[in-house]
Amino acid sequence: MNSPWFGAACAAVLMAAPVAHAQDPNPNNAARALAATCATCHGTEGRSVGGVPPSLAGQSKASLLQQLKDYKDGKRPGTIMHQHAKGYTDAQLEQIAGYFAAVKP
Amino acid sequence: MTISRRKFMQWTAAAGATSLAGCATTGGGSAGRVVVIGAGIGGGTAAKYVKLWAPDMDVTVVEREAGFISCPISNLVLAGNANMNDISRDYSGLANRGIKVVRDNAVAIDPVAKAVRLAGGSTLAYDRLIVSPGVDFLYDTIPGLNNATAQAQVLHAWKAGPQTLALKKQLESMKDGGVFVFHIPLAPYRCPPGPYERICQVADYFKRAKPKSKIIALDSNPDVVSKAGLFKAVWNGQYKGMIDYRPNSEIADVDVKGSTIKLQFGDVKGDVLNVVPPQRAGDIARQAGLINANNRWCTVDWLTCESTAVKGVHVLGDATLSANAMPKSASMANQHAKVCAAAVIALIKGQPVNPEPMMMNTCYSFVDAKNVIHVASVHAYSAADKTMSVVKGAGGLSDKPSELEGAYAWGWAKNIWADSLS
Repeated sequence: MNSPWFGAACAAVLMAAPVAHAQDPNPNNAARALAATCATCHGTEGRSVGGVPPSLAGQSKASLLQQLKDYKDGKRPGTIMHQHAKGYTDAQLEQIAGYFAAVKP
Repeated sequence: MTISRRKFMQWTAAAGATSLAGCATTGGGSAGRVVVIGAGIGGGTAAKYVKLWAPDMDVTVVEREAGFISCPISNLVLAGNANMNDISRDYSGLANRGIKVVRDNAVAIDPVAKAVRLAGGSTLAYDRLIVSPGVDFLYDTIPGLNNATAQAQVLHAWKAGPQTLALKKQLESMKDGGVFVFHIPLAPYRCPPGPYERICQVADYFKRAKPKSKIIALDSNPDVVSKAGLFKAVWNGQYKGMIDYRPNSEIADVDVKGSTIKLQFGDVKGDVLNVVPPQRAGDIARQAGLINANNRWCTVDWLTCESTAVKGVHVLGDATLSANAMPKSASMANQHAKVCAAAVIALIKGQPVNPEPMMMNTCYSFVDAKNVIHVASVHAYSAADKTMSVVKGAGGLSDKPSELEGAYAWGWAKNIWADSLS
């Protein structure tokens, strides 16, 4: 209880006033945020517990991106994915595909 | 505020003391303290994603119920197309992540001392507070229902749980040839397509068990609020002759003894009445001064979900003043929570907030035991408008009900429950 380390931690917590100037230490946060919008239906980190919609975790980036672009361009029929994919830019779809490809299945 | 100034000051001082004590004993190594009020879809997701993305955060969620019972899929329980076990989850998944789940009722927020007071008497100190209170009902607009006895007889079943089973029993006790009268409030309310799904589910049950029975739907709105063409096609198809849909039928009062809903012009008598009252953000939001739109909803900055009324407090889900074309849905609450979780972590750690949040909505509705229709939309933050805007050209509706979408709807439900609560 009297250790200076505890005191320092305590002061740091109490004085943790938010200052939003620092550089984002993790540029992947943007991809993480985009991929999280998919997790509602496809499961946390793209690991589906419902059987369908399918898991996305660990699929190849190229395959995921192609499927998303085909939905977006109307080349691949779907019930709902063609409507969702149109809401994202190609660059965003690439970030999403890259994110799920890097997750362990 | 119902707290006197003296009590408020005492409580503030006590909260300060608790905060210091908490820091000295458990603060070592914690990057910050996040408290979440409400472990529904919004609050559960927020707690989970703060811990998932920042394991060094100390996360506590306060929930008054012992477990989670899902509003999505609960209409199916009324018809016997799902059961309560299907829609129930416990909070062990959140606890297993190292999130403290406190079963209590949050009764007051002190944004100066940064502490939440619980009904059980304790206080929780926070660096950032996330409030996901859902909705409560404006019963004062329906005098005949503004007491507990009347509310126990004329149910809403718009929060899944005991009322879901009670309404199911009322329907089962009704004679064949009876009339079910269902009232829908003016939008905005929780789950835009939910009332119309309920009409389908009750019709599905009647068709099977009580085929001489009728449904009178009294809708305060000028038309079906969501998926109008799809729902009407179903009502005029497989349920032809069973459903009397009456738009512009806002409730004035209820005569509980006479089993009658009173409208501005005329009365409608039924064997079973089901009134979904108008809604506002849940009680703790009102208590804490978070409601600042139409005396009903909480305005937030959509970059962070931080309240525009109270600094350091974030609000999620149905309780928020929805951005344009943003439904009060489970999907949306789950998506709010992820934007909020990322922002809360960034704000506590002094990092930049994501300037371009995206949200995606999916609402499935069961028109019978197996066939489903959806509405979908994608929402992007507009820096110019400083709010979430619908992405044009994206989103849409089902062509027609299908069993394939029925399978996806069950998959969606299982995944959103897991994504939010485990």
